Amino acid sequence: MEKQLIISVSREFGSGGYAVAEELAGRFKIGFYDHNILDLIAQKKSGNADTLKKFDEVPKSRLFSRTVRGFSNSPEDVISEMQFDFMREKAEAGESFVIVGRCSEAVLKGHPGLVTVFILGDYDKKVERVCEKYHLSQSEAQSLIKTKDKKRKSYHNYHCDLHWGDSRGYDISINSSKLGVSGTADVIEAYIRERFGIVYSGDISAE
Amino acid sequence: MLAQTAAIIIFVAMFILIISDKIERHYVTLGCGALTLIVVFGLIMHSGSAIMETLNVRSIFTAGFWYSTEAEESSGINWATIIFIVGMMIMVEGMARVGFFRWLCLRIAKLVHYRTVPIFITFMIMSGVLAMFIDSITVILFLAAVTIELSRLLKFNPVPMILAEIFCANLGGSATMCGDPPNIIIGTSMGYSFFDFLTNTGAMAGISMVLVIFYFYFVFRGELRKKEGEVDPSAYPDPKDAVKDKKGFIISSCIFLCAVVLLVTHASTHLTVAAIGVFISIVTLAAAGRHIPEVLKRVDYKTALFFVGLFVVVGGLEQTGVLNAIAGFIGKVSGGNLYAMVAIILWVSAVASAFVDNIPFAATMVPVIQGLASGAQLNTLAWALSMGTDVGGSATPIGASANVVGTSVCAKAGRPMGWKQYCMAAAPATAIVLVVSMLFIFVRYC
Repeated sequence: MEKQLIISVSREFGSGGYAVAEELAGRFKIGFYDHNILDLIAQKKSGNADTLKKFDEVPKSRLFSRTVRGFSNSPEDVISEMQFDFMREKAEAGESFVIVGRCSEAVLKGHPGLVTVFILGDYDKKVERVCEKYHLSQSEAQSLIKTKDKKRKSYHNYHCDLHWGDSRGYDISINSSKLGVSGTADVIEAYIRERFGIVYSGDISAE
Repeated sequence: MLAQTAAIIIFVAMFILIISDKIERHYVTLGCGALTLIVVFGLIMHSGSAIMETLNVRSIFTAGFWYSTEAEESSGINWATIIFIVGMMIMVEGMARVGFFRWLCLRIAKLVHYRTVPIFITFMIMSGVLAMFIDSITVILFLAAVTIELSRLLKFNPVPMILAEIFCANLGGSATMCGDPPNIIIGTSMGYSFFDFLTNTGAMAGISMVLVIFYFYFVFRGELRKKEGEVDPSAYPDPKDAVKDKKGFIISSCIFLCAVVLLVTHASTHLTVAAIGVFISIVTLAAAGRHIPEVLKRVDYKTALFFVGLFVVVGGLEQTGVLNAIAGFIGKVSGGNLYAMVAIILWVSAVASAFVDNIPFAATMVPVIQGLASGAQLNTLAWALSMGTDVGGSATPIGASANVVGTSVCAKAGRPMGWKQYCMAAAPATAIVLVVSMLFIFVRYC
């Protein structure tokens, strides 16, 4: 019988978590969602994806936001909710996929096919990776890591009960600096195959 | 002094908690109201009479509460405002259930042959006119939904249109006593009639509306003419399809007309707004029949509870003399000059309402202006307060409830609007209306 598999990958900026997530999607031959969710939402609603992306994974400012009868003026809030609904719909429809960030481990909590992973990294390795990937100086990379992680943490902690990176909120927390992208993906893949008894890719439901 | 300090601390804490948006605002005001009753009136003042005056329950059982031949001022919990607002909510939910608002929007769009610019102008006018009688949240909820639907069919960007509709809803609300909660509070506290508002704030809103329509057309004309794709005329909706229950629709339309007539004539019939609210809600529920639970379920009781707590907290400031002290301070700063007092009340109310909820602000300022002036001067300050609180909220996305709902509907439709985009269009329009109002008040009353 085909099994539904949803892999939620949360990551520190520069840890290579995104690359690990892509690798897992390729190995299990399942869908991959990140900010492309907003492209799909924009397409459905005849909106502009670039406008939506400006408010993606950004925490709202409490001082400049107000909620009236369940309606929030904060685009950050509305866009988060749209993404959460998107994930829930895909999960309910039986689709298997990898989802990067977006509080997915909390939004889809309790789903039988869900595996939640948090990927962290050694600080110097993250700086090295960010310098190389974005062609930045060391101080620029450090500053970018600090800003990005601060935003992710604040966004996550606003929407979820457990704090960002708190190991109690994930099935696996793994340091990608020790094994590299491929080695980290190997460990997670082995865990998933063992847990769900998956031998072949055909054992996983496509939708 | 201790009572004053405690009342101020509770009031400031209430405002901070409302702004922080962490706890639902009706819990905040009810909690702070309970603290005012227990700590300020009970433990510090040991004043049973302050509690009774603030709760103001006795007023409901007087004939003057329902039928009044002379203007009456009230203090403490403004039950007339709460009863009227709940009554109108019930009527509006009854109208929404049968598809009245969607039908009206589509009917107008059809009348102007589904052309973008005429829809833009007529929807602005409709938003203003509807908001004169029903709450602006409902007006925007339906108008924005239909605007988005039409924008997908007619391939235009709905954001400018919704922004203009929000502004006009707030402006229309300022024209009448029942259009915006601050006006209901001002009207019921000072014993004004529907016509008092219509002939004073209504005149200012009318002049401003003409200017605002030109302003928004000028600002958005390029955007409105841009087509985002091919239009298919065969997909235009038929207004008839919006009506879910034909018999209910006719009855609801009659009830709405009846409410308008009762409000317009209440100075002659001597029926108070509380009496009108109760009558309209009873008729609506009688007409709803088996749909009563559905109508009642949709009524926003949280707003009514928010008002109860709010009036108690403001009552704490009133009973301890804090509001009199504020009135004295404004009087001192203005040197008793009416021009200066009008300018201070209008602009301070507007700036405050652009960032904090205008309802607590208006509820606080009513006793302040009552302490500041009397007679004709008090009326002048009341119109300045009304325009300041009603229109000031239009300047930012969080200034008024309609702004929050409208921007949220836009974002849900994949068209998010940030503060910059909103304020660039709405803040100059707000300034235009405030300047018009100030000049109008100076020329006509000072």
